[in-house]
Parts: sequence; C-alpha cells; structure tokens
Amino acid sequence: MLSVWAVSRLVAGKDLRVEWRSRIVTNQVVPFAALMMVMFAFALDSDTVLKRVAPGLVWLAAMFSLLVIVQRAFAVETADGALDALRVAGVRGAGIFLGKAMSLAAQLAVLELILLGAAIVLYDTQLVGSGVTLLICTYLTATAGLAFIGTLYGGLAAGARGRETLLPLLMLPVAAPVLIGATRATEAALGTQGATTGDGWPWIGLLLLFAVVFGAGGSLAFGSLIDE
Amino acid sequence: MEPVVELVDVVAVLGAFPALAGATLTVERGEIVLLRGPNGAGKTSLLRLCAGLLAVERGTATVLGVDLVLDRAAVRPRVGLLGHSNGLYADLTVADNVRFWGATVGASADEVQGAMSRMGLAERLADVSVGKLSAGQRRRTALACLVARRAELWLLDEPHAGLDATGRDELDATLRSAAAASATVIVASHELERAGSLATRVVEVVGGQVR
Repeated sequence: MLSVWAVSRLVAGKDLRVEWRSRIVTNQVVPFAALMMVMFAFALDSDTVLKRVAPGLVWLAAMFSLLVIVQRAFAVETADGALDALRVAGVRGAGIFLGKAMSLAAQLAVLELILLGAAIVLYDTQLVGSGVTLLICTYLTATAGLAFIGTLYGGLAAGARGRETLLPLLMLPVAAPVLIGATRATEAALGTQGATTGDGWPWIGLLLLFAVVFGAGGSLAFGSLIDE
Repeated sequence: MEPVVELVDVVAVLGAFPALAGATLTVERGEIVLLRGPNGAGKTSLLRLCAGLLAVERGTATVLGVDLVLDRAAVRPRVGLLGHSNGLYADLTVADNVRFWGATVGASADEVQGAMSRMGLAERLADVSVGKLSAGQRRRTALACLVARRAELWLLDEPHAGLDATGRDELDATLRSAAAASATVIVASHELERAGSLATRVVEVVGGQVR
C-alpha cells in the first residue's frame, strides 16, 4: 500500500492536472474574485476607508473564492463517483485529505497574490519593506489553515443534499478566526490603522494553531468522514 | 487453491434493513458468476460486502484470503467494484485516468500501457478526454483502471446499463478476457440472456439469500 505522503502527492498532482486542463480557477474564479474587489470599491466608495479595510477585503474575497474552489474540487470527485472509487480502492483517507488540501493551497496561494495585487492597484495599498516577512508568514499559515478547513468541510458536504448551500454554512463560521487573524496580521504587515509588525506576530500564532489543528484533525478524520 | 470468495450464512444490515439474511456463496478463481434476482434482493449488497464496504453482522466471510469480519478494509485495494458510475475524471484523458488509478497501487508505466492495450484504448483514445467518450468507451476505461490496479476480484453492478449493443459486446469481450487472465468476476445484472451466456455460473439472490 502507498504511504500517506505518496498518496497525497498523487492526489494533489491529479487535482492540479484537472485544473490545468479545465482552467476553471483561472477563467472563472479569478475573475469572480477580481469582480468582488471592484464591487467592494463601488460599495464603500471612499479611498480612505478602502485603504484602511483593504486587508480585510482581500481575505474576505479569498474566503468567498475558496468556497467556489472547494465546491469545484469536490464536484470533480462526485461527478462520476471518483471519491467513492477512491474509498472503495482502499486509498488512504489521510493521503486524499492532504493531497486535496495541497492542491487547494496552491490554487489559493496564486489567487491571494492576485488579490493583493488588486488591493495595491484599486485601494492604493502599499507594501512596507519591514512587513514583508510577516506578510509572507501570514499568507503561508492562513492559506494552509483555509485549505485544511476547506478540504475537511468539502469532504463532509460532498455527499450531502444541498451541498452548495451547506458548505458555506459549515465552513464560514469555522474559518472566521482565520479571517480575523489573517486580516489583523496583514494590517500589521502593511502598517494600516497604525498597526506595527510587532502587533502581527501573535496572530500568526493563532493562524498556525488553526493550520496544525485542522491539518492533523482532518488527516485523522477524513477517511471516516468519506466512509460509509 | 482456496476460493476467492467464501461466504457462509452471512447477515448484513443497512441501517435497520436486513440487506443479506444468511447468504452462502463460494466463488473459485477465474469464474464469472452472474447474480440474478429481483430489485431489492441483495445483489448490490452482496457485491459491496465482498468489496469490504458492508460490515458482516453474523456468519463468516473471506475474500481473497482476508477475513472480512476482522478487517474488511484490508481487501479493498485488491478488489475492483464498478457500479453505475465509472470513477473517472472527465477533464483528464484516458491515459491520465488509467495512470492515476494504476499509481494508487504503484503500477509501472508498462502495466498502465498494457491495461490500456488490453481494453483497446491505447492507440486511438489514450489522449482523448474522458468527457468526450461514449458510454461504452468510458466503461472500457473504467475496466482498464481495474486492470491497472491489478484488481484480483471484479465486482460489477449492472455493467451493461446505459450501453448500446456495440458497447455491450465490447464489455463482454473484456470480461471474458479478464477471466481468462485469472481475474475473478462477479456480475449483478438484469441482462439475463447476455450475462447468462457470459457467466460460468448463475446464482439466484432472493430476499438476501443465495440459492
């Protein structure tokens, strides 16, 4: 039997190949996220306000886009019973979980970079040199946490009726602390609202905790979650 | 040689519903066994039990030497269950799908290529997206995945459903070829005439029991 790590590489590779062939994230999710950023600008209609809340808007757009990416990631698995077939074939649940999370994280990381770029262009957000390390740590830990949460709840909702509306109901409350932590840490990294980089590092602790708890918990629970 | 499947008075439940009520069945290596019976008789439950997906409540059940009472998950990597869906990724090519499923058991590139060749997929269809295939071609791709996974026991639930005459003929040829290569096949089917001519043995399933 393949090791958990071998399975996770296999599943992640497969998911990224599916995305490469279909270009759903590139052609649909990225424009959706960009549109959200523009709509936020229209709704708030104040440069001062936008600059102040830009970190929150970036992570909000990332989270809503994640819902779409997770829906897509599991729709691919359930369309022709592939997730069932993986379970039936005895493929390690932890490997499937980590593989799908790795793929989600990769797609989310690219999306977040685009969103940060959009914030710089649309909201006049500025990158401060001293905050780059904090910003990178925020992105890594928040992305990992969101990817693990998305995979866990995507798997939970995959076989359920009304999963399109069930997933946001399940996932958003759990991801809220990640949203808060990522926003505060990003504010500190960008120096918005008077925050300094020192204010951001405790939030990294929270993000890391979420990533570890959901990474470990998801690895242990995913196999049972998708089993009968 | 020990039987591939040996069930003795097996009872299994689905919720509160008795899916199998004392099923006894022995299947030897290389057989093609047809399960026939009315809807709700327990054919699908029998297949899922053999795949290690349904718990044994009472009785003894051994599949490929694995005691399903003690560790039914252990049999899963060696068994291929094909229900109404094919377990394929529509955005990936035939070759990508077979390669992926073969990789779940560490199959080599030669084994993957061999699996596609056996199903007549290697030359024209290897680089075609599964989403563009006919129902029969998808079914053959799914079977190629079973071959690539080195599944020793094939459990097929209504495999002819949704196929036209050509697709059904192709499937039958594939199953005969698989059995000849010493895979064991158990088919649940309402296509009595077709599956009956394919099978080495026909078994009736009624009320969760095997006759």
